[in-house]
Amino acid sequence: MSENPERKYTTVSIPIQLYEKIKQRIEGTGFTSVSDYVTYVLREVLASLEEEEKEEVFSKEEEEKVKERLRALGYLD
Amino acid sequence: MLSKPHGGRLVNRVIPEKRKQATLTESRDLTVISISKDTAVDLENVAYGVFSPLEGFMCQNDYLSVLESMRLEDDTPWTIPVVLDVNSEVLTERDIKTGDTVVLTHGGREIALLEIEDIYTFDKKIHAEKVFKTTDVNHPGVAKTQKMGDYLLGGRISFIQGVENSFEKYTLRPVETRILFKELGWKTVVGFQTRNAPHLGHEYVQKTALTFVDGLFINPVIGRKKKGDFRDEVILKAYEELIRNYYLKDKAVLAILRTEMRYAGPREAIFHAILRKNFGCTHFIVGRDHAGVGNYYKPYEAQEIFNQFPDLGITPIFFKQFYYCKKCYGYVNERICPHNGDDIIPPSGTKIREMLIQGKTPPREMMRPEVAEIILNFENPFVE
Repeated sequence: MSENPERKYTTVSIPIQLYEKIKQRIEGTGFTSVSDYVTYVLREVLASLEEEEKEEVFSKEEEEKVKERLRALGYLD
Repeated sequence: MLSKPHGGRLVNRVIPEKRKQATLTESRDLTVISISKDTAVDLENVAYGVFSPLEGFMCQNDYLSVLESMRLEDDTPWTIPVVLDVNSEVLTERDIKTGDTVVLTHGGREIALLEIEDIYTFDKKIHAEKVFKTTDVNHPGVAKTQKMGDYLLGGRISFIQGVENSFEKYTLRPVETRILFKELGWKTVVGFQTRNAPHLGHEYVQKTALTFVDGLFINPVIGRKKKGDFRDEVILKAYEELIRNYYLKDKAVLAILRTEMRYAGPREAIFHAILRKNFGCTHFIVGRDHAGVGNYYKPYEAQEIFNQFPDLGITPIFFKQFYYCKKCYGYVNERICPHNGDDIIPPSGTKIREMLIQGKTPPREMMRPEVAEIILNFENPFVE
């Protein structure tokens, strides 16, 4: 893979057979190029992997302070 | 599990309480740039993570990337430029340059410090074309763009204090909504964006979505709006009444989003979804002509744009407009109802508005009588 910080795009190699398969698959869809399709799929995959990562946790102190305000505003009993 | 903040973590750019006084004293030696109330409020959004992952105003690389590809330079989806504009006179008279730290004030009150990382010019016509899809000055966003200064300042901010907030009791920050949703036992939350008092169409969209998630986050936009829109306090009181009478306890939360409407249609729909993701929402309702104005956008263009963002991290829920059908005896939409013409009563916002202006209660097929009564109790419920 070549990279150039000045450019917006870079080149990634995929097998020709896969390229041809994707080319066929995107016919008649909104995707105008194999690159667009591959970008879309990779973004989707990365996003779903990130979703699986651990939930953000708050410190006990922070959580208690927040709950106090939520109670004062009537959001919590 | 609630959505992770956009970009991976909730931004916090608020100066800790114990350092606030010292910062205020130090800021007296700094160059001052006066900002509008809208900008001051958005600084608060940056500071408390509503605009995560932004940590300040966009530098040129992010700005151009957002205009061109609707993504920040690092590929994170982002569709609306968040920028600080100034006139050339301000830069020259005050000798402002990259590397400086300035204090941003509104009405003489110190709002935040800005570490200037970038100073650049921009093309207002291209900005308008990209963001609003028009250069027509009758579009409120285009008109505002025309009035912007010729230079943009980019850089991180450190938030000192906010402007006066008449709706403090309805103001929740992302860290607060996330803890609230957790306390309520919600794992899935649908966000609802609005700038209107609720009619039956809104209610049915919300309740339909609520049938398959744990909770509903009603999040009206409070801030500068156009003439004829409902006033902020009217929207809030109307929603309180609706929730009190027609929603299950602990299934709906009402809190505001303080930011101006941009009327950028599809781009703003993505922006709105991102902000709700930061509040913890897992789903976001996108209806007909979301954030639209006039006829600048196609009725469902704001839904179609989501196809370009498989990595948004919040699931959009698309709805066709709901209406009352005399033959179905209930609220339905064109996906489930075969009737049309005189058989249906659409809850037309324009018609409801006209009736309310005349002091009349809209038919109960359009608006709950309790909600209508609340609105009619206001001397002038609309922005003038």
